[in-house]
This record gives sequence, C-alpha cells and structure tokens, in this order.
Amino acid sequence: MKAIISFIAVLALAAIAYAGVAMGNMQYLFGAVIPYLAVLVFIAGMIFRVLKWGSSPVPFRIPTTCGQQKSLPWIKHSKLENPSGVLGVMGRMALEVLLFRSLFRNLKTQLGEDKKLSYGEAKWLWAAGLAFHWSFLIILVRHLRFFTDPVPMAVKMAESLDSFLQIGTPLLYITDVVLLAAVLYLFLRRIGIPQLSYISLINDYFPLFLIFGIGLTGVLMRYFTKTDIVSVKMMAMNLVSFHPSIPQGIGVLFYIHLFLLSTLFAYFPFSKLVHMAGVFLSPTRVLANTSRVKRHINPWNYPVHVHTYEEYENDFRAKMKDAGLPVEKE
Amino acid sequence: MAKLPKPEELAKIDFTPPKTGWMETPVVFKEGMFCHGSKPKSLQLVNFPNPRDWRPADVDWKLPENWKEIILEGIAERLEKYRSFRLFLDICVRCGACADKCHFFIGTGDPKNMPVLRAELIRSVYRKEFTLAGKIFGKMAGARELTVDVLKEWWYYFYQCTECRRCSVFCPYGIDQAEITMIGRELLNLLGLNIEWIAGPVSNCYMKGNHLGLEPHTIVGNLEYMLDDIETITGKRIKPTFNRKGAEILFVTPSGDLFADPGTYTCMGYLMLFEELGLDYTWSTYASEGGNFGFFTSNEMAKRLNSKIYAEAKRLGVKWILGGECGHMWRVLAQYMDTWNGPADFLEVPKSPVTGTVFENAKSTKMVHVAEFTADLIKNNKLKLDPRRNDHLKVTWHDSCNTSRGMGLLDEPRYVLKNVVKHFYEMPEDTIREKTFCCGSGTGLNASEDMDLRMKGGFPRANAVKFVAEHHGVNMLANVCAIDRATLKALMEYWVPSVNVCGLHELVANALIMTGEKERTTDLRGEPLPGIEAKEEKA
Repeated sequence: MKAIISFIAVLALAAIAYAGVAMGNMQYLFGAVIPYLAVLVFIAGMIFRVLKWGSSPVPFRIPTTCGQQKSLPWIKHSKLENPSGVLGVMGRMALEVLLFRSLFRNLKTQLGEDKKLSYGEAKWLWAAGLAFHWSFLIILVRHLRFFTDPVPMAVKMAESLDSFLQIGTPLLYITDVVLLAAVLYLFLRRIGIPQLSYISLINDYFPLFLIFGIGLTGVLMRYFTKTDIVSVKMMAMNLVSFHPSIPQGIGVLFYIHLFLLSTLFAYFPFSKLVHMAGVFLSPTRVLANTSRVKRHINPWNYPVHVHTYEEYENDFRAKMKDAGLPVEKE
Repeated sequence: MAKLPKPEELAKIDFTPPKTGWMETPVVFKEGMFCHGSKPKSLQLVNFPNPRDWRPADVDWKLPENWKEIILEGIAERLEKYRSFRLFLDICVRCGACADKCHFFIGTGDPKNMPVLRAELIRSVYRKEFTLAGKIFGKMAGARELTVDVLKEWWYYFYQCTECRRCSVFCPYGIDQAEITMIGRELLNLLGLNIEWIAGPVSNCYMKGNHLGLEPHTIVGNLEYMLDDIETITGKRIKPTFNRKGAEILFVTPSGDLFADPGTYTCMGYLMLFEELGLDYTWSTYASEGGNFGFFTSNEMAKRLNSKIYAEAKRLGVKWILGGECGHMWRVLAQYMDTWNGPADFLEVPKSPVTGTVFENAKSTKMVHVAEFTADLIKNNKLKLDPRRNDHLKVTWHDSCNTSRGMGLLDEPRYVLKNVVKHFYEMPEDTIREKTFCCGSGTGLNASEDMDLRMKGGFPRANAVKFVAEHHGVNMLANVCAIDRATLKALMEYWVPSVNVCGLHELVANALIMTGEKERTTDLRGEPLPGIEAKEEKA
C-alpha cells in the first residue's frame, strides 16, 4: 500500500510536469524557477541540517570498537576497526563512505529445523547499495558536461570509462543500467522481505520510485527519443550562469526528468537521504578510541549529588570498627 | 511466575510479522518477558521522581498528570545535549541490516525487537513533535502521537534491549541502539518507570557502595570465606587489606565477584595472583562496586555512582587503579568515567610494579583492566604457570559486549587464556569478538521474573556454545564479566547443561604456582585436579 502511494506520488509529479509543459506551456517555471528553488532548498536545507546536528555536542567519546584496542605494544592493534587517532579515523571513514565497510559485514541469520542458528553470507544489500551509490555519483559527474565548457578531462574520462563496452549508438553507459537495476533490487528487497516491508514507510519507497523515474526518463531521452542535446546544453549553461533561457525544441520528457530531479533536491534535506551528510558526524564512527588516553570534555558536564565517604563512614562507623577496618574519625 | 517452557518449545521461533502494521499492533505484556516495577523506596533514596507502588501489568501506571509534557521536554533537552540522539533519529534509512543481528529479535521473532523498529518507537514520536514533515503528514510520514500505550510500548521494549551495540557494528552509519535505549530509559525514569532489579541495586550502590548492598563488615566476611578456601587448597593464608591509605594500587571489581559462585572463584583468583606478586594494593568497602547500574538508569545517576572510584583513590592516596573483570563496568570506565569525574590528575600513569610496563593506553583514566595487567605479567614471564591443572577443562571464550564493542579488549584475555589452559576452542567467528552475542541479561535484566526473556535473548549465545560443546567437547565458558558469570550459568543450565561458566582469573589461579604452596589436589572449586585421582589410586 505504502509502495503504491509512493508510486502514484511519483506518477503524479511526472503528470504535473507534463501538464505544465505540454499543456500549460510553463517551460520557464519548470526549466528555471523550480530548478533554482530546488537547488536553493537543497543547499539551505542541508546547511541547516548539518548546523543543527553540529549544535548538539558530543558529550561522550563513544566509538563502536570493531577490533582490537591499542593497548600493550606486542598486541596487534586493529588500526582501522578501532582507531587510536585521526589517521585511523580517516581510514575507517574512507572505508565506510567509499566501500560501505559496515554493510559488508552483513550476515543472514537463519534458524534451521534442527534449532541451530547459522550465519550466512549476505552481500547483496552491500553490493546493490554500493552499485547504486557509485553509479549515481558517476552519472552526476557525467552530467557535468552539460554545465561546463570546455568539458573537464575528468568528466570526459568518466564518460569514456562508463561506455567502454562500446555497445550501440549512442554508446551505452554501464551506470545507467546498473543504477536502474540496483534501484529495482532495493525495491524488490523492500517489498519481498517480510520484516523489511513491515518497517518500511512511504519515505522509504518514495525516493526509490523518484530516482527510478529520474533514471528512466534519462535513459528514454538518451537511447530512445533522442533529445536535442545542443539545446539542453545551452539551457544548462544559461542556468549555471544565472541567465536562464528556454531554448525551443526540448521535448516534454526532459522537463519531467528535470522536475523529478528538482523534487529529489528539494526533498533531500527533509528525508532520510540526509544520511549522506550525517554519516560524517556519526559519533560511533568518527571518534577515535582515545577516551582512556586523553580526557574527553563534555561541555554540559555538571556537578551531581554524591554519597561521600564521610557520609558512608557515618552510616557504618561502628560496623567498620568491629570488622577491623580503618576509619577517619573515631 | 509462569513456568519456563522447555528449550525445544522456546526454540520454536515465529519470524512472521503480525498482519497489522506495527503502529496498529498494541503492546501485549507477556509474563516472563518483563521485570517488576521499581519500588518507591529505591527511587526515594536517590531522589528520583514519582516514587510509588506500581505494577507494569496494571492498566494505571500512576503517572503524573503532566507526564506527556515531561517526556516531550525530556526529548527536547536530550536532542540539544546528544548529537548521537538527534543524528540517529534523523539518518536511519531502514535498510534492515541491523534486524537479524539483535539477540532479542533472533530469540523472539518479535519485529519490535529489531533494532530499527525499536528505534522507530521513539523516532515516530520525534517526527510528530519535532519535524515539519511529521507535523504536516502525520502517519504518512511515519509519525504518531505520544500516548500512554506508546509509553508502555517504550517501557516494554527498552527493557528488552541490553545496549550490547551489536546492531551498531553492522549499521552503515553506526546508528547505535544502545544510545536510543539509554536515552529512552532516561526518559522513562523521569516518570519513575524503572525496574526494581535496576533501581534496587542503584540505591544500594549509592548508600552502601555496591549493588548487592554488602555492608563493610560483610565484604570483609565474604572475603574471609574465600581466604579460608584458598588456605585449604594452597596451604597459604592471604591477608588482604581494606581501605588502606598509602597503598600503591586501589583494586575495584564488581560486587558480584564477592557474592556468589562462580564469581567468587574469580575473586579468589585475584586474591591469589596479587598475593603471589606481593602487590601493594587495597580493597575499598566504599568504592566496592566496579559495575554501574546507574548507567542503565540515567547519565546523571551513572555519574553519581561512578564518582566513588576516583574519590576513594584520592582519599587513600593510591597511585593508580586496577579494575576487575567486568563488561559494562568497562564501557563506563573506558568511555565515560574520565569525562564525568576526571581529570584524575592526583593519580599517576599506571605502571606495573612487577614488570615496569607503563600502561600508556590508560594514561588519562589511570585505570587498568586486570586482563591487560595479567597479559603483561605473562608476556614478561613473571608468573609460574602450570596449565595442566586446567586439563579437565575444555574452554571456550565469551567476549563481553561492552569490553568488545565499547573498548576493544579482545586479544589480552585470549593471550592470558592460552597460557593457562591447554584446550581452548573459539566459537564460530560470527559470534565472537566484535560480533559477539550478548548473554541476553545485561543492562539490569538479570532478574528472575523475566526468565523467558533471558533465555530467548541468550539463545544465540547458547547456540554458539552448543556448537563447540558438540564439536570439541567444550565444558567451560570463560569470560571477563560479572553479569556474564551470573547469567550465563542459568543460560547454560537451560540450553547447554554440560557447560559450566567461569571467569578468566579463576583459570589463572588454577594454573598459578604460588611460592611455598602445598601440592594442590583440587582446583578452586574443590574439584579434584586431573591426574590426582589416578595418582591416589596408585598410592
């Protein structure tokens, strides 16, 4: 049900863009005003989010240690899983952000008929997650060719690597296929695994459909409907140079693509997608395990009522003396 | 109390989620799955709010009239105080990687025991009250109203989490359910909604210095019993000191070690080891608790209890502190103590008087784990050990949650273990080290009225022990945690009766050849040593 609502929501968004452009002729609204607003909301929203997180202190040093601590010199220290300094943390975070280290650990716990538990490999979520995020990033980088003139080397390289299979005209980008397949997998997994579908919210399905919609419209434009790339590039260049204009001859599909993307940008800071920034602030990952070596300061640490030794001795002095324990006051 | 079902029955676990959505599925308090409510006296002693007689199964929890306001203000305050809390409420993508990592989920099949859903219990209220999307879209955005039923659901499930952090190892963003549970319990405590098994020990510890409420003379008396046993076994009379000013080292261990076996055997192990080393150390009856049940109550309560350790070290004028075998005690000592009650600038950087090793890794807290201390002794050949005395034991090692995932104490105890026993077998790799499974009874859930919960939560741990018992004939489950020693015993009796439980230093002391000792015929438990019976028959 939640999946269907999300699907309908994305369809409705596409319909709005279609109606606005094909029937209402509101190219300027969908091609300039909304994208600008969306980017603005994205930037402001993300800054707000990060500042908001940053405004709450980290009162305690609470890394989740996933390996041997640094203790005696002859015991092999797990530098990346239990970092003891900045370098270790950087390594740990690089593994986490670039390769999804923690997700790589994933296991599938199974209870057999014989009442024995087993822990099987479960790398599909990791693989699909990694494929999804990396292809999304590469696709974004590739799109920079619309916004740059001359197109930087790095972007050209991304393009040629991405199309090295040399299939079809225009050349097939591997990431296009991978992105759609990965999103599809993530969706099927979400509805297919009973526990997962039980916890899933509309907020979980909606971004999947939205991103699928963006990918699909992009693929349709590139491989099937043949969009006027020269005009699109002109429009993009004008957008980034803050002289928005709407060239003729760009099909409605492009506006749907752009509107869905704008929605994604605007939706981003208010959704779970903020994990993109949040992971860099996660106290269990970004802190080194140094709390025994160097005192971690809690800015709101305050004095508390304690039961002092004096009070304790007052309570038990007679019993202490009887037991032969030394006392401060006779 | 309902009778505990047979293991075969308990192991029939249904993982099918209910037909109704989780927000529409009201919480049902099942007997055996929760603990008694806190007694008014326990709360009054430490000035906690809303002390009253109440029972969790009752409809009326006798909440203050403005309870909702208290909770919402409590959430707001903690969002400002803890980045972890705010962040973990915001960034979860519900990928489900944590779901089948939780021992309570594995053992119960209850979807609300998936860490992700346990967090959603509070996240849904956060959305409703603190986010724009939740305010506008309500349930569509996964938001819901805070009601008494929701509060009850929190109570039921936040006391079905042992803050073991296993989920956090697998989470791609490191979201730590322990943080959510800690704050969830702290909120519940604002309304006097604790369990007596935690509240009682907390007030004991506050007034008497330890969870068990052992008064000073009882501590001395309990140790005397152990000293008698040591004398019987080794022929040596040990005379430890208490509350002695000017000692070099203050020794603090969980009070569980002073009270019941098998913890007492571990305690005998400390006594024998320190005697053999001629360590200049003292026990304290004031700081007679290493553990900290305050940690399962609120940050403030934990700090109040923890303060005694540094205060006592200062009063006695010791140079540094040695800590006994415990799990959550070491999460507190490693990640909280110095921040709360430091700086301990009146102490010196710990230096082993036996080996001269300086414990740079405890440079600031000035407190060393006894497994680190002993590993260093063995590495430097300072102990005469005869591991054959443990030949009747086939040992496996249980990593405690907190020392593993809140510290990283993994190889020190293993090094000690390998030097004092000859037969050591690891459990399957996905159930040890950072992936270790909780005993199922941590964070103060080791009561007797929640046995169903404990046996279910301990099922994955027991299952892994059973594996090595069947494959290698393992008969001893060793660990460095006082709660483990108390709870794993019950867990083993239920799931794997052929396996016993012990602490690391019991095994050390079994193997330790003490100067001038008589020929030992039994281990610390009074069981004949391997080879002894045969020898006697010959004679």
